Amino acid sequence: MNEAPALRFGLPGLFVAVVLILAVAPFWAGRADMRLLMEAFSFLALAQMWNLLAGYTGLVSVGQQAYVGLGGYVFFGLAMFTGLHPLVAMPLAAVFAGLVAIPTGWVAFRLQGAYFAIGTWVIAEVFRLVAAQFTALGGGSGISLPVAIVKSIGSSTAGREMAMYYVAFAIALVATLGVWALLRSRWGLALTAIRDSEPAAESLGVRTRRTKFLIYVLTAGMTGLAGAFIFLQKLRISPEAAFSVNEWTAFVIFIVVIGGIGTIEGPIIGVVIFFALRGLTADWGTWYLMMMGAIAIAVMLVDKRGVWGALHARGVPSVFATTRSLRLETGTTLPAASPRVEPAE
Amino acid sequence: MVWINALLQGVLLGGLYALFAAGLSLMFGVMRFVNIAHGDFIVVAAYLMMTSVLIAGVNPFVGIGLVVVIMAAAGYLGQRFLLNRVLGKDILPPILVTFGLSIILQNALLEIFSADSRRVQTGWLETASISLNDVVALGLLPILMFVAALAVLALLQWIFYHTALGRLLRATSDDAEIVPLMGGNNAHIFALATMLASGVVAVAGVLLAMKTNFDPTAGPARLLFAFEAVIIGGLGNIWGTLAGGIVLGVAQTIGAQIDTGYQVLAGHLAFLAVLVLRPRGLFPKTIG
Amino acid sequence: MTQPLLEVRGLTAFYGDFQALFEIGFSVAEDETVAIIGANGAGKSTFLRVLTGLHASVGQDIVFSGSQIAGISADRVHKRGIAMVPEGRRLFPSLSVEENLLIGASGGRDGPWTLDAVYDLFPDLTSKRRNPGTALSGGQQQMVAIGRALMSNPKLLLCDEISLGLAPKIIKDIYAAVPRIHDLGTSIVVVEQDVGQALAVADRIYCFQEGRVSLTGTPETLTRADIAKAYFGIDEEEAA
Repeated sequence: MNEAPALRFGLPGLFVAVVLILAVAPFWAGRADMRLLMEAFSFLALAQMWNLLAGYTGLVSVGQQAYVGLGGYVFFGLAMFTGLHPLVAMPLAAVFAGLVAIPTGWVAFRLQGAYFAIGTWVIAEVFRLVAAQFTALGGGSGISLPVAIVKSIGSSTAGREMAMYYVAFAIALVATLGVWALLRSRWGLALTAIRDSEPAAESLGVRTRRTKFLIYVLTAGMTGLAGAFIFLQKLRISPEAAFSVNEWTAFVIFIVVIGGIGTIEGPIIGVVIFFALRGLTADWGTWYLMMMGAIAIAVMLVDKRGVWGALHARGVPSVFATTRSLRLETGTTLPAASPRVEPAE
Repeated sequence: MVWINALLQGVLLGGLYALFAAGLSLMFGVMRFVNIAHGDFIVVAAYLMMTSVLIAGVNPFVGIGLVVVIMAAAGYLGQRFLLNRVLGKDILPPILVTFGLSIILQNALLEIFSADSRRVQTGWLETASISLNDVVALGLLPILMFVAALAVLALLQWIFYHTALGRLLRATSDDAEIVPLMGGNNAHIFALATMLASGVVAVAGVLLAMKTNFDPTAGPARLLFAFEAVIIGGLGNIWGTLAGGIVLGVAQTIGAQIDTGYQVLAGHLAFLAVLVLRPRGLFPKTIG
Repeated sequence: MTQPLLEVRGLTAFYGDFQALFEIGFSVAEDETVAIIGANGAGKSTFLRVLTGLHASVGQDIVFSGSQIAGISADRVHKRGIAMVPEGRRLFPSLSVEENLLIGASGGRDGPWTLDAVYDLFPDLTSKRRNPGTALSGGQQQMVAIGRALMSNPKLLLCDEISLGLAPKIIKDIYAAVPRIHDLGTSIVVVEQDVGQALAVADRIYCFQEGRVSLTGTPETLTRADIAKAYFGIDEEEAA
């Protein structure tokens, strides 16, 4: 393929430059910009995780809000009742979310394909209804994070915001580079094989079910971490907000699909597009949401590969070369692995 | 005695859930298509009923017919011109397109009808009941709704097993690829399946409108109930789906009897229990 | 010379990037039985799938009964009078034998083939009419598959590997039906791996090899050596 050298080295260079600029954002950005960036980082982490799950293992979940909410609630619980420092409580909440994902996944994996999707939604609803029963955490109406805990992150507002900014930045970076590292590891081959053809992967000796399960647990943990941060930033948690399917799944799916599923670049582009659209049309109210729905439908009808997939097919080189993604180089097949319908055990 | 009352109420509720489920399972059976907007379609039908009866002043029975015709026509056209285009081995496009539709429908309803919850009044029917003793009393409306649900399911069963259309739908469910070799046009057959499913959805929506309050965001919960009834029943047949609906309905009313906050949760837990203990449902499909 | 029932010129087909058929020329006259032989992967089944409209071709020249059918969808091809017995029988498991047959009649034409005519051709099926199609023996399933295709009263019947996996005695019974189908005005194309069977039943033979027609002729004029060469492609020049 004849690629312009400028693109080949330019895009990774651009990525590094953007990362560096963002790394010093507290020194140039205003408070509102910082808040927006933190929110964008949270969504990027969620999008990378959903993409890893659906784009590479074909597990289309519409119930990832379960882990956002769980991460948020466990974080609140740990911070409020154990006295742990918030920055310690957050990773613990992530671990907890990952542990809960083990039995949960064991149940959810009894369903395949689209039924898995709805099954995960039921599970998220169960989490929401159970959370509403915890009166110590505010029951159905929710609870605010005590000021003392907020202050423990930093005594001054500016210091606190800077600390939180770097937490969000780190979460987004870990999510993105973590997926990249995973795809470059020996796992990458298995994941790419599953994405491209699950039966073929199986025949090559990839233990697809085990791989998919581990990815499910891993993404749950990371999603829980993002959830913990999200509600630290919001300072208030309630079952409705924590387990919102629209906020933590619908928007995240739109980000991934618009950007380009099955690629690492896709979620990044998707987040940029999503926040740009939201900024432009937020005061449209319900029309803004209808437009999001319409765009998702349009992407599926016009080009399922999304913006990045379409660009890539036209010769734009990968930013995150995984060297093993042979299929992406030809750009001929579909983005998502198609899970087989197999009888439940 | 209150438990027997809860049990009977749950059985009656199960009829409605089986109707929710029938449309979903029909579409999955014929074209392996899961419609995430299924619950929103039910709610749209409820609003159509409310609009035709309360606003346009149509006779309720004419109203039901009208809603069924509108929904069935919309189902045929939607499948033929939108959903057929995303059918295939890849499960993501149908999930996404119907997810998108779900969000569009919810917000469009919100825009048109506001977030207020609505209900279609049924006059004296609302309070009429048959008392078996001082505790157990069955409302006439729930009984009529259960009978209506049974009638629709029986009609569906009859269409499936005693008409040329049903034969074609079952053949398509078995092996869609070769149906064109028998002269069947898959795009048309899929659209007919959705038309039929949408007719059932219309009746379900009308019953929902008469039974309870609904608002633009009531759809997803109905999707989940429909899905749970399908899985509990097992993908075997229409009567399995009815059994699934009844199990779900009973679980919910028993849960509500313990604490009103437990109604929906108890249904979900019953579903998860079946999934763990009998993953293929209570009445699985037996081929052969 | 009258126009053939089916005339194919320069037909080419792909599976993705893989070219499965190269410039196939093929014809079937009215009242003719034609056999296509060839090894696994020679493109025989793909060729039938293209004829029925299940698989797209590149060459746009398939004339059937005087009209162009290339690029037409499978259900329309069926309505023009081409029916197929697919490889592996593919009965509908949730339909009874009789329902399987009736499905074949939907959208077909009127003619001599009715339920009674099929039961008359394959008397074994009469007592099984209420059974699920898949509860039958392999040979009986094949009979249902053939009957299902006949129910539309096709002008041309395509049979894909109907002897595959069946005992010799059963194969004989099934092939015994071919002359009767033929007598009622249906031309037949059989795809066969069994060369002896093909030579016995066909008026004319096409041998496919690696997506090309490597040999054509009548059973009388073809020698064993010719066929072996065309079938296995021992001689590269001959095959091309």
